[in-house]
Amino acid sequence: MRRAASASTIALRDPAWAGRVFWLLAAAVVLWPLLVLAEFKPWVLLSPESLKPTLRFVADFFPPRVDAEFLLLVARETWRTVAIATAGLALAMLIAVPLALLSVRVLSVSALAGRMAAMPALMRIGVRGVLIVLRSVPELIWALVFVRVVGLGPTSGVLAIALTYGGMLGKVYADILESGETHATTSLLRNGAGRLQAFFYGLLPTSAAELTSYTVYRWECAIRSSAVLGFVGAGGLGQQIDSSMKMFNGAEVSTMLLVFVALVALTDRLSSWLRKALG
Amino acid sequence: MKVTLEGISARHPAARAGSPAALDGLSLALSAGEQVAVIGPSGAGKTTLLHLLACAIQPSAGHLELDDRDPWQLPRRALQRLRGTLFLAPQVPPLPPRQRVVTAVLAGRLPRISLAHSLRSLFYPTGLAQAEAALARFDISDKLFARVDRLSGGERQRVALARALVAQPRLLLVDEPLSALDPTRAGQAIASLTEAARESGATLVTTMHDVPVALANFPRILGLRGGALAFDLPAAAVTPERLEALYAQHLDELKGVHSLLDVPPAVTQSPVAMTCR
Repeated sequence: MRRAASASTIALRDPAWAGRVFWLLAAAVVLWPLLVLAEFKPWVLLSPESLKPTLRFVADFFPPRVDAEFLLLVARETWRTVAIATAGLALAMLIAVPLALLSVRVLSVSALAGRMAAMPALMRIGVRGVLIVLRSVPELIWALVFVRVVGLGPTSGVLAIALTYGGMLGKVYADILESGETHATTSLLRNGAGRLQAFFYGLLPTSAAELTSYTVYRWECAIRSSAVLGFVGAGGLGQQIDSSMKMFNGAEVSTMLLVFVALVALTDRLSSWLRKALG
Repeated sequence: MKVTLEGISARHPAARAGSPAALDGLSLALSAGEQVAVIGPSGAGKTTLLHLLACAIQPSAGHLELDDRDPWQLPRRALQRLRGTLFLAPQVPPLPPRQRVVTAVLAGRLPRISLAHSLRSLFYPTGLAQAEAALARFDISDKLFARVDRLSGGERQRVALARALVAQPRLLLVDEPLSALDPTRAGQAIASLTEAARESGATLVTTMHDVPVALANFPRILGLRGGALAFDLPAAAVTPERLEALYAQHLDELKGVHSLLDVPPAVTQSPVAMTCR
């Protein structure tokens, strides 16, 4: 009866409408000075004085260099790049998984009934802080640091990727675990299971597919960023691209870029296959 | 397990701070091994009562004792150990969709096994016979290796009940165990549940929407209304008049006893399709 009475007094107008318009306008007001500050002038791209050197640079890229000797070199460096990315990501996961588990609120026993206890809450804030520091330093800077420590070569690339990607993976793992369906996990905790038991029997099976596909995507990013790290002497395809660029050898650069496209396409296939297998 | 509640007030587990209490000054005593059904209209505080007994929510006032101990006075580790001897089966089965039935059922014994054992059991299930026996009690052992998301709602509910048995709790709290089952299955499920609790000597508290099934299967009935006990009687003493008073203004929820109550059907077919469970 009460429900029926209140239904008749509701005006047929969406009360959220005004707020939506406000935030749309607010976004425009905030965005405009940002575009000015970032010197966002896309029409410059099409002006003849910038178009000509661009086209000359790109024209250098054709045709790609495909002789056997060079392809062998590219294959070896590609393998090295994949190895750097994989080793870096594996180390990153070693950093990220424990930190993510420590910072996930869903796995808190004291937060089951009411507020989280002070010590665990402080620890979670601390762990989040560590993750922020790890990922806010770009891998390029870490690589420059490690090149001085361990010398030129793939090791510094691996370590740089491990630290930055450890921070990124840890944050996103924690976010995925927090945002998924948590009913199964809290039920297990509430019935007396331990935190890690609740993770393996409740949280992990609910978010395994998402975690995997994000990890594979990060692997793809690590392959790309190991190329950038090559520019500062961390080895792999990036270092080859760097030296070919310095020699103005566009044909070699385009071959290696094609290899990158192939690698990214490959990870894309892998990710969708894994998603299907786990979904 | 022995349960004592004195003047307990508590909020619904999903309620915000400051909202009115779902339980208001409730007092109750259950002896070890007793079997009780809690009935009452929606919003009476049935789910809150179960969460309170499971130590999932803290009472805002009053005193709760499980086996003569106040759980909220215990250190956190001891409280979590105590929770391992209680089992709350929520109304919506808490099963990860991509998990297999065998894993979901065996998850009930997690508090009793070590982390290393639980990981080994993920690699190769270590309690297959136990899981199969629990599922067989609810006539669903053929789904042992099926995935949870391939099951119907009723099958999931029975899997969740099988998990409750595998947990071997001393206090078993079941929220609406029959809401997704057809009448035959419901009768069989409630019989298996009460029988298993009797065998293990566990105290069983079940909330029920289906009043006739509750009256037929439980010796003691608690009528809950507005967060307080309306009555606490042996099943035989629950008269239609008491039920009518309990469900007044909620008669559409009092299913299956219309013949008993002689309520005009117009009332039972309330125009409000939404029930706020």
